[in-house]
Amino acid sequence: MSGRVTRRRARLLAGVVAVVAVIVVLLMTGLGKDPSVIASPLVGRAAPNFTLPQLDGPPVTLAKLRGQIVVINFWASWCTECQVEQAALDQAWRRFRDSGVVVIGVDFEDSAGAARGYVRTDGVTYPVVADAGSKTALAYGLRGVPETFVVNSSGRIVNHVIGPVGGAALTSVINSMLTGAQ
Amino acid sequence: MGQLGTYLLLFGLAVSGYGLLAAAVGAKTGRPALVESARRCAFGLFAIVAAANATMLAALLTNDFAIRYVAGNSAQETPAFFKALSLWAADYGSLLLWNLILAGYIAAVALRFRRDRPPTFPYALGVLFAVQAFYLILINGPAHPFASLANPPADGRGPAPLLQNHPLMAVHPPFLYLGFSGFTVPFAFGIAALLAGQGSDQWVSVIRRWTLVVWCFLTLGLLLGALWSYSVLGWGGYWAWDPVENVALLPWLMATAFLHSVMLQERRGMARLWNIALVIGAFALTTFGTFLTRGNVLSSVHAFAHTPVGPAYLAFLALVLLAGFGLVAWRLPELRTPSSLTSAISREGAFVANNVLLLAATAFILLGTTFPLVAEAVSGQQITVGGPYFRSSVTPVFLLILLLAGTAPLLPWRATNRSRALHRLRVPATAAALVMIATAWAGVHQVGAVAGFGLAALVFVTSGQEILSGLAIGRHGMRGSAMRALARGRRRHAGLIVHMGLALVAAGIIASSSLGQQSQVTLKTGQSTVFAGQVLRYQGLHTDRQPQRIVLTTAVSVTSPSGGSAGTLDPRMNLYPASTAPIGSPSIHRGIVWDLYASVISLQDNGDSATFRFYRNPGVNWLWFGGLVMALGGAAAAWPGRRRRNSGDDKSAGQARTRPAVEAGAR
Repeated sequence: MSGRVTRRRARLLAGVVAVVAVIVVLLMTGLGKDPSVIASPLVGRAAPNFTLPQLDGPPVTLAKLRGQIVVINFWASWCTECQVEQAALDQAWRRFRDSGVVVIGVDFEDSAGAARGYVRTDGVTYPVVADAGSKTALAYGLRGVPETFVVNSSGRIVNHVIGPVGGAALTSVINSMLTGAQ
Repeated sequence: MGQLGTYLLLFGLAVSGYGLLAAAVGAKTGRPALVESARRCAFGLFAIVAAANATMLAALLTNDFAIRYVAGNSAQETPAFFKALSLWAADYGSLLLWNLILAGYIAAVALRFRRDRPPTFPYALGVLFAVQAFYLILINGPAHPFASLANPPADGRGPAPLLQNHPLMAVHPPFLYLGFSGFTVPFAFGIAALLAGQGSDQWVSVIRRWTLVVWCFLTLGLLLGALWSYSVLGWGGYWAWDPVENVALLPWLMATAFLHSVMLQERRGMARLWNIALVIGAFALTTFGTFLTRGNVLSSVHAFAHTPVGPAYLAFLALVLLAGFGLVAWRLPELRTPSSLTSAISREGAFVANNVLLLAATAFILLGTTFPLVAEAVSGQQITVGGPYFRSSVTPVFLLILLLAGTAPLLPWRATNRSRALHRLRVPATAAALVMIATAWAGVHQVGAVAGFGLAALVFVTSGQEILSGLAIGRHGMRGSAMRALARGRRRHAGLIVHMGLALVAAGIIASSSLGQQSQVTLKTGQSTVFAGQVLRYQGLHTDRQPQRIVLTTAVSVTSPSGGSAGTLDPRMNLYPASTAPIGSPSIHRGIVWDLYASVISLQDNGDSATFRFYRNPGVNWLWFGGLVMALGGAAAAWPGRRRRNSGDDKSAGQARTRPAVEAGAR
């Protein structure tokens, strides 16, 4: 094989590598973003109020929690993705409950028996309310479960996650709110 | 059961790893025993992957909610039919099916080449095992369908409501996967030709045959997808230029380009490099499509939490592009072909134009599909590219493709006798002109639509005329019956049948997209409206509680103005426990010329009043029928011909079989 052919091959190969590299870099930026974080139209608005009965306890009214940070998590016992995020929510509740943070689980399209079973076996310690008739879910424009809304002390939604929340992400949101960033 | 599945998948990975190794070493050292053992591995691998699929199926049917996939995609109340469909209703399960289909293709290749094998066979087998190994790694690691739940729930979530709403889900994904993963076979033989460094064109007829088969499956897969969208989603259309649809169309367009330009190579020894690049490109596009739809790149409702699946697909795509086009670059000196075009207005010139147009369409669609990704990467802005972009960019290209399909089959090779072509164009051109005048007369004023109908007629009549003249030659030549004549020119006639199907599809698309009507009305019980010359009366609501859902069925009676009843439309709304939004089911009166299509948008006052959307969609059934004709034509072209006449020294069986047809088909 002559030197010219070898040089030509090298140039062509370098060209292929360069083009593929550009494609890969462009597509990688697509991977970098998290498709579950969407610009929710609800962020910045007042959280719709609700009064819902707890599974085992007195009813909870959102408006009465004004002044505290409220994490509202829509879930169901039949939802496997909810099991994934359950530990993160419980951790946040135990860690921040004394700093004025409330975690509320809103049970969506579920039977009371199945929900109680889930709370017991999965060790849910934060208050759980039942949304019979899904009125609250509709008010929040729920697309499915799990979805989580974080409401600040003046009652506005500051964060909305579709799909399971991550422990680190939730902690950082709450921390930044507690330190007065929001 | 989850454990069994897990072990089966691991075992499958090991077997595909061995197959890859044995094929590669066998090819390199020329040891036939190793190649043979790799070939036999293909059957074992297929059995193992089939067993893994059967395990998941059993888990779904027996409500084994300890498996996360089962809990997330099935429920006690789900009907058994839809439980079985859940096998491919979500990402991880559908990867199981994907692996099964790929293993099936490898087994088919192993069976097909059990005796006579092209010299590239061991390399191709190695590439096939390598691709399968990638998908098995994926399913063993980041996308494990048999992952278990620590606390199994008492009941599962059930399949996504949309996916348990229509039995078409049973056939659309399998056909699409047959089309998608099937491109691995032509790709493998293309790479094998490059690796083996063959100077000859033996690989090309093997690849052509397999590409045709895959093309038929993909055609049907796209068609069934459109049919599903039309029959289930209730928006009155069948194609929304959604990224997931687009990425399925891209490899189809490129494979179509290959199936045309491959004739340049078979007949004239031209475009070798080009053809192999198209084969690699088509496979790269399927990989890209898989990455885009499964790699968590596009935002979709309730995408799964971040998994390493995306980077794995991207790495695989990079490998395919680097290996494929790197090899092309490496072999460029050998693949350069000496011949060049003698005349632009010739069959050769038409094939080049066909490729330019099909690749232009591919490029426009690829650009529109990836532009949001690129724009976000560069400027951080979220944008979407919608139907108007695709329609305005692709419509002129498709019209030109019709013009080409209507004239190119008349052009001679090498352009020796152009006047004969012009002579044969008289009837089709007249027919096209008549159709254009008739449509304009009938009140169609969009220039694009009038031209489109004319061009579709041109394609239809040209193709029909050429088939008929092929028959006539058979009769007068006294060489047997018309059927024999058809069979002798099978490849050409099959191609012409595909073109006739294309003409029907084109007419259907043009009619439905430019001549449709729609209207949205709210009716109280007993109230009626006039739409498209029919009186539609809302008769009331009927509620049906089924175990897994509540079905609200409306009744809308249809009467013609003269008073004759034309039946009842019953669009429905389905309420599934796992979804806040009701899922609508449209009701369609299908007709040869047009469909009457009704969707219920909302119900008020306990069903005393309902809001409907009515559509009058002309030509939709031509689309389904034409697509079917296209797939059948493709199958006829791919069908193995009569037993080899000149069996013996030719190493490539495919080549020996297609040669007589080539000669008979070309004039």
